[in-house]
Amino acid sequence: MAEVTLRKIVKNYGALEVVHGIDLDIAHNEFVVLVGPSGCGKSTTLRMIAGLEEVSGGEIAIGGRVVNTLPPRARNISMVFQNYALYPHMTVRENLGFSLKIAGRPPAEIEKATDEAAAILGLADYMDRTPGELSGGQRQRVAMGRAIVRHPDVFLFDEPLSNLDAKLRTQMRVEIKKLHQKVKTTIVYVTHDQVEAMTLADRIVIMKDGHIVQTGTPLEVFERPANTFVATFIGSPPMNLVDGVVAGGEVRFAGDASLPVPPAFRGRVQEGQRVTYGFRADNLMPAGHAMTGIGETADIDLTIALAEPLGAETILLSELAGVEIQGKMYNPRAVAAGERLSCLLALDHAHLFDAETGASLRT
Amino acid sequence: MTRLRRYARDHAVPLALLSPAVLVILLVVLLPLLFSFYTSFSNYRLIRPDSLWDWVGFRNYLRVLGDGDFWSAFGRTVLFLTVALNLEMLLGLGLALMVNRITWGQRTMRTIMMFPMMFSPILVGFQFKYLFNDTIGLVNNALQSLGLASEPIPFLVDRWLAFAAIAFAEIWMSTSIFAILILAGLFAMPKDPIEAARVDGCSNWQVFRHITLPFLMPFIYIAMTIRSLDVARAYDIVDVMTGGGPAGRTELLWTLIARTAYDDARMGRANAMAYFSILLSIFFTWFFFRKLMAARRHLGAF
Repeated sequence: MAEVTLRKIVKNYGALEVVHGIDLDIAHNEFVVLVGPSGCGKSTTLRMIAGLEEVSGGEIAIGGRVVNTLPPRARNISMVFQNYALYPHMTVRENLGFSLKIAGRPPAEIEKATDEAAAILGLADYMDRTPGELSGGQRQRVAMGRAIVRHPDVFLFDEPLSNLDAKLRTQMRVEIKKLHQKVKTTIVYVTHDQVEAMTLADRIVIMKDGHIVQTGTPLEVFERPANTFVATFIGSPPMNLVDGVVAGGEVRFAGDASLPVPPAFRGRVQEGQRVTYGFRADNLMPAGHAMTGIGETADIDLTIALAEPLGAETILLSELAGVEIQGKMYNPRAVAAGERLSCLLALDHAHLFDAETGASLRT
Repeated sequence: MTRLRRYARDHAVPLALLSPAVLVILLVVLLPLLFSFYTSFSNYRLIRPDSLWDWVGFRNYLRVLGDGDFWSAFGRTVLFLTVALNLEMLLGLGLALMVNRITWGQRTMRTIMMFPMMFSPILVGFQFKYLFNDTIGLVNNALQSLGLASEPIPFLVDRWLAFAAIAFAEIWMSTSIFAILILAGLFAMPKDPIEAARVDGCSNWQVFRHITLPFLMPFIYIAMTIRSLDVARAYDIVDVMTGGGPAGRTELLWTLIARTAYDDARMGRANAMAYFSILLSIFFTWFFFRKLMAARRHLGAF
């Protein structure tokens, strides 16, 4: 059993504190993704779990054993680095078998383990090459192979796909997910890419400025963002956010536009309260080009500033109360700039946030 | 012939522009080289210029081959090379690893480290000759005052002590070349493989042995190549400290050659020795260069 527990983890460099008391429980065999913009402390947190970074405060436990002061080699973890970090002077075979060799395992066992890893990752044909003779994707696979030969308690991934091109990234993402299904192990994965986080994670941990902002399954954080930061960080295009004031069951925006308070928030807001109204482009649709079964809707007339056809749908850019917003046209037709369209907003998927703190008003 | 003429006509400008360089190389390098090679087959003595035309065939080379003094100088030079290069490498490596760990004042340390290289070898020789002198030398005086030695130690007279004293001076002067080049290697070294190795279960020693050292080998071989040429032509320090003596006990190849050429005035014989010595230098250069290439190929991506 290898659950990972973080208790009030703090990291500081001198007077500068970069991680402020994080609590996190990662279950056995769970795939957890730490996601956030650069500088949010996600990599630092991962490196503390790995033992490459000293823990300034709090407690890290792997499989129930506190590992704060243990060196990396005593933690039974493997790590895949952003720059692959392969040993340049060793062949693929030697790279894969290095940790076992260091552990003093017999050659027969090392060979069996490396062959097994090579088979899983399709590296059999490259075993005698050096990293310099491999492409980016192949190097990435070697790095992963090196991590799996040891059968560690925990896999740590530090932005493993960020050096690959878009196509290869998608492909490797699928492979990592398959790998997790094949080699059931606890995985902690760090990325700044919300698509990677959504597609890979059992549970997403969203971080910002050294704090955990929200933890939940991909669908939870997508459908119930805890605040405006999560709302704009998760999902693409980012959620539309418009500031307004609650007035008689409606939220009034600058100008004379208004939208009803979404059903989930009725009774949770007071008259005159300043709020931020949030809805995703997916839920703002021109009438006649909407999805069906979307529940309660509100009507809103919008002047289209720009249309971006994507084939299956068209992204529409418009403006509400001086804020640029985006909508989506399903089964699209050609739309001219300046055209005025009557649109539907699916209220079940709309959100209200506190205008000051940005926190969701759902609870 | 016509083809050559046409080539000259088509490339007149490049050839004209290259000709000064070619001419200078011919005059400065090739001509003296050919001349010295010729004299090694003659009985040329500086005090009798007409002996330049006294062709003796391979006699000089055969004499040199059968010359015990020459071969002991040759052996001593190889030993000197081995001792000096290895100790300089180990000390330089240690120094570089330590300086690499310094976080504050590293630049100053690096500059201080280079001080020994800033002095003329002759002055270094004089300094150590004074330090190791058996009557007025600092080392002997210190040892005697501290009661560690009852009588003066003949540092520059005893065969092995003199050899060690010269090697000490040479190592003192040049360890920083290794240190600087290895430090450059350490600066260029990517951090990731080291971290990967630590996660893979390496202790600090194993990280050094399996990751750091292989990465540094090309830098070490570059330093080895440079220094092997340097040490193989060692002359100044030896000449100043012991003059190759006493009784030829610290004679290295080039002190022997210089003595043969200028003191004994037997230029032809000296040139024959010089050609043997150059073979030694070429061998060391070739050897380390091959090692360097192998190490670099090993590193692949770098």
